[in-house]
Amino acid sequence: MGQILSDLGGELFVLFVSIAQALPALVGYIAIILLAMTVWRFIRRQMTPKADYTSLKTVTFGDESAVVSDKAASFISIALIFVIWGAFTGSNWLPGMFHAPGPFVGDSSFVYTVEDANGYQDEATVFVSVFEKGAEVPSQEVAAGTGFAKDDFLAVQAYRSKLILWDKNDETNRSEGAKIVSVDGRAISKDNAVDVGFGRVALTDKGTLNFEPGKGWQMENIWLPAPDSVASRLVSVWAEGYQNVTLAEHLSFSLFRVIVGFFLGALVGIPLGYAMGLSDWFRGWFDPIVEFMRPVPPLALIPLVIIWAGIGEQGKIILLFLAALWIMAIGARSGVSGVKISKVHAAYSLGASKVQILRHVIIPNSLPEIFTAARVAMGVCWGTVVAAELVAAEKGVGKMIVAASKFQDTDIVLMGIILIGIIGFGIDVLMRLAEKWLVPWKGKG
Amino acid sequence: MSGLEIDNISMRFELPNGGAVQALKDVSLDLKKGELLSVLGPSGCGKTTLLNIVAGFLAPTGGEIRLNGGTVSGPSADRGMVFQQGALFEWMSVRDNVGFGPSMKGMPAAEKREKVDHLLDVVGLQDFKEKAVYELSGGMQQRVSLARCLCNEPDVILMDEPLGALDALTREKMQGLVLKLWKETGKTIILITHSVEEALLLGERLLVMAPRPGRIHREYRLPFAELGVGADLREVKKHPDYAKTREEILTMIWDMEEEIMGRSEESA
Ligand SMILES: Nc1ncnc2c1ncn2[C@@H]1O[C@H](COP(=O)(O)OP(=O)(O)O)[C@@H](O)[C@H]1O
Ligand SMILES: [Mg+2]
Repeated sequence: MGQILSDLGGELFVLFVSIAQALPALVGYIAIILLAMTVWRFIRRQMTPKADYTSLKTVTFGDESAVVSDKAASFISIALIFVIWGAFTGSNWLPGMFHAPGPFVGDSSFVYTVEDANGYQDEATVFVSVFEKGAEVPSQEVAAGTGFAKDDFLAVQAYRSKLILWDKNDETNRSEGAKIVSVDGRAISKDNAVDVGFGRVALTDKGTLNFEPGKGWQMENIWLPAPDSVASRLVSVWAEGYQNVTLAEHLSFSLFRVIVGFFLGALVGIPLGYAMGLSDWFRGWFDPIVEFMRPVPPLALIPLVIIWAGIGEQGKIILLFLAALWIMAIGARSGVSGVKISKVHAAYSLGASKVQILRHVIIPNSLPEIFTAARVAMGVCWGTVVAAELVAAEKGVGKMIVAASKFQDTDIVLMGIILIGIIGFGIDVLMRLAEKWLVPWKGKG
Repeated sequence: MSGLEIDNISMRFELPNGGAVQALKDVSLDLKKGELLSVLGPSGCGKTTLLNIVAGFLAPTGGEIRLNGGTVSGPSADRGMVFQQGALFEWMSVRDNVGFGPSMKGMPAAEKREKVDHLLDVVGLQDFKEKAVYELSGGMQQRVSLARCLCNEPDVILMDEPLGALDALTREKMQGLVLKLWKETGKTIILITHSVEEALLLGERLLVMAPRPGRIHREYRLPFAELGVGADLREVKKHPDYAKTREEILTMIWDMEEEIMGRSEESA
């Protein structure tokens, strides 16, 4: 127990350190938000002022109705994400002057000093050529130069590092006791690397040199691809597919699972909720089951569902069915329980039968709650399907992004995540539209 | 016999903590067809309970209700109910709300339409027929409630503080409407109210109830409802007996309230 606590304490400490390191970025971001606000407010004041009800209010701080989402802020916020993203990935979408300093690419050189076993020293130059990933590897003949240390040539890919076997061509070598004492005139040792301006030279345990070209501030493509490469990946994957499966196929499989799973969940969940709302026996029967199943996240059921139904469509549809089932049942139940008793009494006094009351009072009265539940269920189903596909699937957006991550195709991973977000948002927007259209009386009781 | 008989009704609620509330004790009353009865009394004296028993939503623990000779055992279309608020179906238009009863009986569409149109004219909502009910003001919603109840042609109309949530001006207009409808349709009406003035104006007979146990304390027969039909209600209030009766009833209710306060202070 004490061990666990101290482990957790250690984790917490590491976490705090990371947060503390991220703090300046956070402060900078907030500063940008406030700066943009000040600038935008100033610009707007120069334009014709609005005179609608809200803008004439003098008390807005604390008046919830006066706080409406500022479209300009949303626009700037999204634009800023792309600018930051582009700047730190050297995107073509962004003029070069906005780019953060990129990795060093090109030719340069540094000088090392060798001391042989007898204490004699000599210098030699290492000509370095840093090339971009995918470019042709440069090669160059270098003249040996004078003295017992001979000049070397090194070709290294940006973001990578390379060992320099400096004594390969020298007249003395490490086995004879020669060693490097300084680089560019600055002393070097195992724990004291030298910054040569365009990169870093370190001394390894074996006495060789390790050169690492400067990385600049930009992210390497496999960490974070530029927005334009994500976009072009979208175009190419849409046209040609990825690993022999088209994007449309991946998306349709995911959506198919969500829609079928949700539909089945609603088909069973809504009548179940009605039964629970209308009969004390059914409520007593299902309450413990529903109350127990509701807090179990559908993701936790994935292993069991795989054991029972394998990784085929059935398993995933069962999972989504279960994800939707409890939410829909609870929504329908509270929709039924939420009917005002005076409405039911009124209907009875107007001569309605039980079936008529169900049809004309209870069902329409529960529809707003059912729609709310359906929105939640759709969101949960969409999240669950992606997660289930991450674990086991042959097709689907989730599958696409795990497959891409195995091949370090980060641009596809990012594209997939963005698509997942957009589709999830799209589903919610559609549900809200449907709600507005089908239950206009929502909240008007 | 034609009319409503409330025969020796008692109602005792068992409470979860083992105690019991005697909400009504031996309440008896006969209403002839077409009579207008208003019921008044301090809060908690069992008015709503009595109305719910007459409507058939509650089974009394003693006594019985008979309508036109038959014993009442549950809600039915022969006793219509007008609630204070929120009993309209907001998923239906004004027209469909009013036509709800006939629809349930399967009345032919044309006949129903004519009937609904007529009633909406009577309550003054001819321009709002296709509107959604939540688009209407509180007073208009209560007009819809009245029309919905009348459209079903019940023998008895039960109203539990139907005008309680309305502002004073709207309320006065609605009181006139209730009187007009009572006279035109000849329905038996029981109207519960908190307002002494309303009880005086809208009751040929006025029942003052007393609490603990809920019982009939006093009954009045009043001329004001008859006088008020089609007349200016403010004129009716100038009637010499009006102010006198009002003061008498107010004193009665104040005394009851004070007794309640005193008793709950004792028990506290
Ligand atoms: N369902 C119930 N369970 C227990 N007591 C109730 C219930 N309904 C009403 N009562 C009690 O019966 C009494 C009469 O209530 P009610 O008829 O609502 O009074 P009123 O309408 O005159 O204000 C009150 O004391 C109330 O607490
Ligand atoms: Mg009441």
